[in-house]
Amino acid sequence: MDLAGSFIARKFNITARDLEEYLSVALGRGGDYADLYFEYLVTTSIGLDESIVKSATQGVSVGVGIRVISGERTGYAYCDDLSPEKVRHAAGVAACIASGPASVEKTGFTGAPKRELYPVVVAPSETSLGERVALVRRADEAARAADPRVFQVQASYADTLKHVLIATSDGMLSTDRQPMARLNVVALAREGDGVPQRGFAGGGGRVGLEFFQTEKTPEYFARDAVRQAIVQLKAVEAPAGESVVVLGPGWPGILLHEAVGHGLEADFNRKGVSAFSGRLGQQVASPLVTVVDDGTIHSRRGSLNVDDEGDMTQRNVLIENGVLRGYLTDKLSSRLMQMPRSGNGRRESYQHFPMPRMTNTFMLAGDAEPDAIVRSVKRGLYCANFGGGQVDITSGNFVFSATESYLIEDGRLTSAVRDATLIGNGPEALKYVSMVGNDLRLDEGVGVCGKEGQSVPVGVGIPTIKVDRMTVGGTAH
Amino acid sequence: MPGTKGVLEEIANRAVRLAVERGADGAECTVYEGEEFETTVRMGETEVVKESGSRGAGLRVLFGKRSGSSYSSDLTEDGVRALVGQAVDIASITTDDPHAGLPEPEELGSLECDLQLYHEDIRLLAAAEKIDLARRAEKAALDADPRITNSEGGNFNSNAGEHAFASSGGFSAAYRTSTCSLSAVPVAKNGDRMERDFWYSVARKAGGLEAPELIGRKAAERALRRLGARKVPTQRVAVVFEPRAARSLVGHVFEAVHGEAVYRKASIYAGRLGEQVASESFTVIDDGTLPGLFGSSPFDDEGVPTRRTTVIDKGVLGSYLLNTYTARKLGLKTTGNASRGITGNAGVGHGNLFLPAGVSSVDEILRQVGTGLYVTELIGFGVNIVTGDYSRGAAGLWIENGELAFPVSEVTIAGNLKDMFRNVVAVGNDLEFRGSVAAPTIAVEGLTVSGQ
Repeated sequence: MDLAGSFIARKFNITARDLEEYLSVALGRGGDYADLYFEYLVTTSIGLDESIVKSATQGVSVGVGIRVISGERTGYAYCDDLSPEKVRHAAGVAACIASGPASVEKTGFTGAPKRELYPVVVAPSETSLGERVALVRRADEAARAADPRVFQVQASYADTLKHVLIATSDGMLSTDRQPMARLNVVALAREGDGVPQRGFAGGGGRVGLEFFQTEKTPEYFARDAVRQAIVQLKAVEAPAGESVVVLGPGWPGILLHEAVGHGLEADFNRKGVSAFSGRLGQQVASPLVTVVDDGTIHSRRGSLNVDDEGDMTQRNVLIENGVLRGYLTDKLSSRLMQMPRSGNGRRESYQHFPMPRMTNTFMLAGDAEPDAIVRSVKRGLYCANFGGGQVDITSGNFVFSATESYLIEDGRLTSAVRDATLIGNGPEALKYVSMVGNDLRLDEGVGVCGKEGQSVPVGVGIPTIKVDRMTVGGTAH
Repeated sequence: MPGTKGVLEEIANRAVRLAVERGADGAECTVYEGEEFETTVRMGETEVVKESGSRGAGLRVLFGKRSGSSYSSDLTEDGVRALVGQAVDIASITTDDPHAGLPEPEELGSLECDLQLYHEDIRLLAAAEKIDLARRAEKAALDADPRITNSEGGNFNSNAGEHAFASSGGFSAAYRTSTCSLSAVPVAKNGDRMERDFWYSVARKAGGLEAPELIGRKAAERALRRLGARKVPTQRVAVVFEPRAARSLVGHVFEAVHGEAVYRKASIYAGRLGEQVASESFTVIDDGTLPGLFGSSPFDDEGVPTRRTTVIDKGVLGSYLLNTYTARKLGLKTTGNASRGITGNAGVGHGNLFLPAGVSSVDEILRQVGTGLYVTELIGFGVNIVTGDYSRGAAGLWIENGELAFPVSEVTIAGNLKDMFRNVVAVGNDLEFRGSVAAPTIAVEGLTVSGQ
């Protein structure tokens, strides 16, 4: 493959010969596999608060991570200086994990097939700062204009442009240019001297700045943040105990991320520490439930042309009609488990080694009308928006926090309720899904997933669904 | 340590000088260089060895009342020049902010005493010894009981580095830190149900770590006592937070007294200085000056010496935690709590934030409570510091007749932080520092446990 197309190779004068040499140092003490992950990252963030642009930061980080795998062992080293002697030294450190004769035949490199899931010609980070600062100003003005009860607005904008170059000892050479942008709005509202309430909205993806001009404008996010804060002003105590729960479409898909997604990451299953370990082929959800993880959706926050091990991302069916079909793998786990590679090897940066991670995880649409789902519930909770979630993959217990929800009484949404955490058990919770709507929606593009200290951007999605039984952690009892 | 003493401080000073030459009215620069080592041993086999060094510089510049920030991992001469250029460039898009600025020159300085934050023994410990510590911690867990059938491993982690800082206010200094930690994460199995837990030790010097066998056995005990957990009926009841869980409540106090949340009126404690906001048994102190502890430093990230601040004194709100900006917004003085990562904006952080030990033993607290939930783990993010609404996933043990009776999981606990801090009815005598936030056992009355 020609390295001339690689931003990093050009900028730092890296040749195919250099890559081969680093890999041979990495495998100098033996080992089954080695890879190099070069990263060049440019970031910008702008923060507005009290209608003042108070903070603005830009930065650059560069580095290479070198991994050596020997059996089940991983050696890892990184350096933030790309001079040949420093990279060779790091390769030597990573090599220490292995001992024995080299078992790898080196060949030339072949490139991964090209595809363009985020064909952004001018990345947001390549536009003028003035254009970007206008976004937070517009968000601030729109939020303040939306309702007189709004008394504080924070708007923040951040973009990154990441160039990667990945070379592996099995002869793969991949490059990618990964843009990302995100706009967030937080609004605080209060009635007279009452308790303030907060609303949050935000979104973005692997998009150009025009996304915020034409598709999802600052005004759109601002009004939604204000709407949520205003709704909360009249919120009543959330119910406590088991309840019928209806999840609205979009971001509530975080249920899938926590309830099943993490538990299906192959590293946990290889080690047998997940509540889903050994359950392939078993019924783990209602037959109405089909869950996929898809890293190939155009412009999405969780999408990647190639994963962080240089493999093409793909669409993977995790649960099909309630039956557990597959795990999310990286190279190490696919080799040790003798399972197909799913293109889910991801890492936060060159300072981290890859592990199986989700991309965009969602439930396929069913055929119920969303209104009919709500009408079918005599007493329950309707959740429209969530904060974060978390899971204990071993017990399978997971939580997620509802930040906008409503009581359902006699088939109608009535009072808004205050923030409450919902809790369930992964392999059990989705068995209680009794209706699946025809309104699949993906989230707006704000997800950040944390695992073992590494954060990566992800997406989620879900249609309206009805769960017959889930524990709601409110205070009204 | 990679660098020679004084090198990083000179880089910070150079960035500040260059910024002033470019017309900045003020500048401050933080530089960090460090090395890390991490190893995981799983089922007796070395699984991961990671060893590396990294560095970076973060700069803030002020032009009148406008500020801009930048960061870079490139500390060469060209790299520092580019760092300054980026900060100067981006300052042009910010707005005049009447409260923006560096600390007053007379506020700058460093604690003189030796805080004992750096010990060479961590660097002298060979990789093989570090791997052996992780192996022994895991082995002790696996050997503790036949029901410990699996493990996520034993882990040893160490960091050593140097932090340098320079301000155009006429102050620059540097200090070194080291930390290491050792943990075990065993999995206990009973039928087809598994439970995982962990235990760990953390220290500034390798010699300060608890014995690996102790860590492994404690981790195993914790995983084993979770086996057979069940839900309990939904009810209002007392909740006892063991220290590891109680720490998170002290963390919520930090969020509530965080200068930014306070000036935005986005906190339950905004405008409440001097008021009784918690029970008389509830005191919270922030102290960045305690030798050898994990939240200590000789000065904060604006170059202001750290200090001891009584945040809540026997239930009375005594002080917010502030950097220079949030202090000016509130008409107060900085409390030496400025914090910024290399890549972040100047924010507010804490030193060692803790609830001092009370007098009761854990057994006495359980007897006092009689019936309730003893929480050993909290998950999720269901805390709203604007309203105080609190709702989190919990696991632990049920308290019956003043004793721990059976394990509980898949429940939530909910209430409002304002009430919870007022309803603290007991504080344990078991305070330990295993990080920069610490608390002893705490008992809180009147929370809603949601289960069946």
